[in-house]
Amino acid sequence: MNPRNVGVIENPDGYGKVGNPVCGDLMEMYIKVENDIITDIKFKTFGCGSAIATSSMVTELAIGKHIDEALKITRGDVADELDGLPPQKMHCSNLAADALHAAINDYKNKKKK
Amino acid sequence: MDTIYLDHASAMPLDPKVFEFAKKYLRDSFGNPSSLYNLGQDAKEAVDESRKKIADFINAESEKTIIFTGSATESNNLAIRGAAYRNLKDGKEVLASAIEHISVINPMKDLQKNGWTFNTIPVDNYGVVDIDSLKKMINSNTVVTSVMYANNEIGTIQPISEISKIVHEKGHFLHVDATAAAGRVPIDVQKDGIDLLTLSSNDLYGPRGAGALYFKPGVKIQSIIPGGGQERGMRSGTENVFAIAGMGKAASIAKKEMKDGNNRLTKIRDKLIEDITKIDESYLTGHPKNRLPHHASFRFSHIEGESILLNMDMYGIQVATGSACSSKTLEPSHVLIAIGLKHEEAHGSMVMTLGRSNNMDQIPKIVKSVKETVQRLRKLSPLTK
Repeated sequence: MNPRNVGVIENPDGYGKVGNPVCGDLMEMYIKVENDIITDIKFKTFGCGSAIATSSMVTELAIGKHIDEALKITRGDVADELDGLPPQKMHCSNLAADALHAAINDYKNKKKK
Repeated sequence: MDTIYLDHASAMPLDPKVFEFAKKYLRDSFGNPSSLYNLGQDAKEAVDESRKKIADFINAESEKTIIFTGSATESNNLAIRGAAYRNLKDGKEVLASAIEHISVINPMKDLQKNGWTFNTIPVDNYGVVDIDSLKKMINSNTVVTSVMYANNEIGTIQPISEISKIVHEKGHFLHVDATAAAGRVPIDVQKDGIDLLTLSSNDLYGPRGAGALYFKPGVKIQSIIPGGGQERGMRSGTENVFAIAGMGKAASIAKKEMKDGNNRLTKIRDKLIEDITKIDESYLTGHPKNRLPHHASFRFSHIEGESILLNMDMYGIQVATGSACSSKTLEPSHVLIAIGLKHEEAHGSMVMTLGRSNNMDQIPKIVKSVKETVQRLRKLSPLTK
């Protein structure tokens, strides 16, 4: 267990938070964006081994990508990159992709203003 | 890497002395105890001999009170369903403490579907059965009341004699699941006032694949597995002679070594509790004094138990957790919820159960690994302030 991109970004261009601690998974995603390219990404996760692994994997998949490309990352992609997940853990990979998408949408909303 | 095994409540290694004693029933004395020729009678003798040892282990009235089964789960099912169906005239209500093992809760839920009333008795924050609630809930229709001797997740030991008196004032039979307690707490079914008692072989360092059910003389149960009528008709199916013979040997050894073993384990347990609860926002779960001598259970704020388990495994240390993430249903442990923990608190649980392979010299490595694990996961956690 050696997750990458753990931490927070001060003054991020986008921030996403999904899940809640009551159901056992909470993820926060921070992104830095230049010319619509994700240049830095960090996460924090409260959750099981799968939740941590999928958070880490989604940051690896998203870094360096255009935001439109990054929005296309699905939970299936995350699970595939990890060589599969047990069925009851698939929702963890969903959460990781959701957190990324939430951060990108936050960035887009800020840009509109 | 040297591993440190701290999950004896999940599985125990087979005692080599037990294996040496029982191995001949796998190959040389492989006969079926129901066969009348010598080979079969050798096997039958082994089963009968083990029955005597189990009866002696719990101070039962006679060896006739012991039925061998395939597991503690099966013994719990036989006790609850067998007593409920056999004693319909006594009423159609069953009661269990809120922290019973799932192999007690689920047979009772099944009875509920078939017309029985099923209620759970609340426990306090330490996991001790609430005596006033029990007094209010029990009535003349309560055919089976099930309270475990001690809990596998939080280590709390129940006041069984006191509970027995209340059950027998108004209700009928007291079933006690002693899977976690046997071998760690001296059990005397006569003094404790127990009608039905569940035992597991593996939890005594015996082979997996054998369990036992004690039922007090005069208590009637009916079989739940019809067939060839083995075990005096109470449990059909050819006996697992190796596991049964081994269970008897394991019980004899447990009886002899319990006192010294407990003194040794209690010291290790107390040192672990002392050192681990020094970590910020870490708490003991279960009763601080009336707990199993080999049992240390904790919860840590802001982190999740399955991650703790996986992280500890990287240090070569095996522990357990009641976290939802590690269960098939993704529900947090009903035991931790029953003692009043919030869902997010129950997620951060870690259980250590000691055994013969553990010693004081392992403590510094265990404590250091827990500290580093907690620190590392808190760094990852968005809940850490």
